[in-house]
Amino acid sequence: MTPSTERRGLSRRQLMSRGLAATAGMIIGGGFIAASDAAWAYEAAALKPETMATLVRMARDIYPHDRIPDEFYVIAVKGYDAPEAAPEIEAGISALNAAAQGAGHADYLSIGWEDDRVALLRAMENSAFFQKIRGGLVTGLYNQKAVWPIFGYEGESFSKGGYLHRGFDDINWL
Amino acid sequence: MVAKYELDDDSVVLIIGTGSGGGVLANELAQKGVKVVSLEAGGRYLPDDYLNDEWDSFAQLAWLDARTTSGDWRVAKDFAGLPAWIVKAVGGTSIHWAGASLRFQPHEWKARSSYGHVTGANLLDWPIDAAEMEPWYEKAEAKLGVTRTGGRPGLPGNNNYKILEKGALALGYKEVHTGRMAIRSVDSEEQIACQQTGFCFQGCKWGAKWSSAYTDIPAGEATGNLEVRDRCHALKIEHDDKGRVTGVLYADKDGVQHLQKARVVCVAGNSIESPRILLNSASSMFPDGLANSSGQVGRNYLRHVTGSVYGVFEKPVKMWRGTTMAGIVQDEARLDPSRGFVGGYELETLSLGLPFMAAFLDPGGWGRSFTSAMDGYENMAGMWIVGEDMPQETNRVALSATEKDQFGLPAPNVHFDDHPNDVAMRNHAYARGEAIYRAAGATRTFPTPPYPSTHNLGTNRMSEKARDGVVNRHGQSHDVPNLFVSDGSQFTSGAAENPTLTIVALAIRQADFIAGELAKNNL
Ligand SMILES: Cc1cc2nc3c(=O)[nH]c(=O)nc-3n(C[C@H](O)[C@H](O)[C@H](O)COP(=O)(O)OP(=O)(O)OC[C@H]3O[C@@H](n4cnc5c(N)ncnc54)[C@H](O)[C@@H]3O)c2cc1C
Ligand code: SF4
Repeated sequence: MTPSTERRGLSRRQLMSRGLAATAGMIIGGGFIAASDAAWAYEAAALKPETMATLVRMARDIYPHDRIPDEFYVIAVKGYDAPEAAPEIEAGISALNAAAQGAGHADYLSIGWEDDRVALLRAMENSAFFQKIRGGLVTGLYNQKAVWPIFGYEGESFSKGGYLHRGFDDINWL
Repeated sequence: MVAKYELDDDSVVLIIGTGSGGGVLANELAQKGVKVVSLEAGGRYLPDDYLNDEWDSFAQLAWLDARTTSGDWRVAKDFAGLPAWIVKAVGGTSIHWAGASLRFQPHEWKARSSYGHVTGANLLDWPIDAAEMEPWYEKAEAKLGVTRTGGRPGLPGNNNYKILEKGALALGYKEVHTGRMAIRSVDSEEQIACQQTGFCFQGCKWGAKWSSAYTDIPAGEATGNLEVRDRCHALKIEHDDKGRVTGVLYADKDGVQHLQKARVVCVAGNSIESPRILLNSASSMFPDGLANSSGQVGRNYLRHVTGSVYGVFEKPVKMWRGTTMAGIVQDEARLDPSRGFVGGYELETLSLGLPFMAAFLDPGGWGRSFTSAMDGYENMAGMWIVGEDMPQETNRVALSATEKDQFGLPAPNVHFDDHPNDVAMRNHAYARGEAIYRAAGATRTFPTPPYPSTHNLGTNRMSEKARDGVVNRHGQSHDVPNLFVSDGSQFTSGAAENPTLTIVALAIRQADFIAGELAKNNL
């Protein structure tokens, strides 16, 4: 799936009416999470939608790129939304929520400041769960061709004949 | 007509591996009329097959058999199962290489004499020297079409190079240029010059960069003397009761085992596999492994002092455009112990695509410090440090006591600890690299730790005396006369330069020796 092909044609109002909660820029509904502007929606298969939403937030907190929309973080972690992977993820996210509660918050998603969430992640950064999510994101996020243009990266150039006549030495500010 | 030899044809020279060393040796022997069987663990991929996508290419070409690591090098922590980034394919790592082709400096052939005693280092002079290697280097440069040698013009500099050049000249460096590269800088009748596509590390789709995959291998096959068996993995070298090797046991693509008889066996599986094959060939006659009376097989593993420096600038650089190694600063390659270390280093431009940058910029790093660096990707310039590391007996490729490969043979463990000289050199190079980028206007610089080893050397070292090393001045085993080592593992010391030109020069020279000895019936 890509979120864009999963657009459900729901209006924000419809989503809100179906949604149980709207936190951290995402709407969490019965079985799905969605962008608050309904730009994309993702139907959770094996994970609880709250878990999926927390995982997406955790992914962004690990590799925060303000110019990358949530949908790419959803794509980066959606591989965990499968029966084999789900139990470990549910357990890891519960531990994260427990840590949030230990710090006086309702849960991870309800923490307003990134720094406060990151402090919780720092405390668990050597755990197998954190390392699994972080390690997976290195390819899960940065190897998505759709995010490359956000970084200016152009990918392969062979099909266009290389850069010999297309600016390999075009620097003009040195 | 491509040759086809019988398994019991014991008149052939059998070469394990078809990379820079083995591929060149196979062709050079075939050109001289010698019958050659080459065993190559990987498959055949030609320019049309190469994938200009970093992870897809990695999956296509990388050697991913089981390996383990130990020691204080950061690779053991960050990439525990991947000590080296090398290729399993016909053509070997010459598909991946960037093409930087530098001769050793004369003093580097005599590391022990030049540097004196260095505590903890197992320095040794090579049994050969610059004068002796001169004609072989010339042949190697001609074969590889190295720019700035033999009248071949240099390549044009890309954006990444222009930044390096500006910063380096500002600091007073003199030897700054677009490198001596095994990359075609001018179109010829049949062949196209470099189109500056980038992705030199993923295989050159224009064939503008030399690789044995599409030069020496097909040229050797065209003689009718060379048979390359791809997807055939050498397991063990057999010998007779006189202590001479007789053939090689290998597994074909279906895992079926065969024994190819041979008159001479040459090992060129790169510096992790070559010693491993010798160690896995232990027998009652050679209980410590074949060719290992010195105990040096697998020891003195070298990987060069490496590291990278990336700089972020106010405006776009787009370093991925054009050749990956687009230029070099050579001034620090000199011997000058006043810097606090012996040996020297080169600084060469390098670029990684966004996916590899994410994996290698600061392995394990996360949070805004990391992502703000990645956000500067388009404005980044990059350089790679390559310097001489100290041979240490305890840095070694050994057989794992626990891990096995897909054939049930002990996997290699690669142990590496930095020598204090290595650390001092790397820190010096980081500081100079960062100074270069600051002089060119960088707003932020990153001293990036070494990647999994791309230069793997030294584990079957060449020595004058049998007790000091594994092979003699011709790469011939001190113990077993019809057994040769033909890759970078025969390096006695690493020198500051990228190794492949020297591997190729040694292979051309070795072919001359083997063909001569065969003709004289000495082998
Ligand atoms: C990304 C990258 C960039 C590089 N850039 C440069 C550069 O600019 N300049 C430079 O000088 N060097 C460079 N190098 C290094 C260079 O590629 C290697 O030093 C060189 O190719 C090593 O040659 P070799 O013959 O020792 O091994 P390889 O070229 O690795 O060949 C070994 C071959 O043996 C095969 N093999 C191994 N074991 C077995 C077995 N048991 N049975 C059958 N086959 C086997 C392998 O599959 C492989 O094909 C670079 C390397 C990398 C990875
Ligand atoms: S930059 Fe040049 S040498 Fe490198 S892959 Fe592209 S065409 Fe080949």
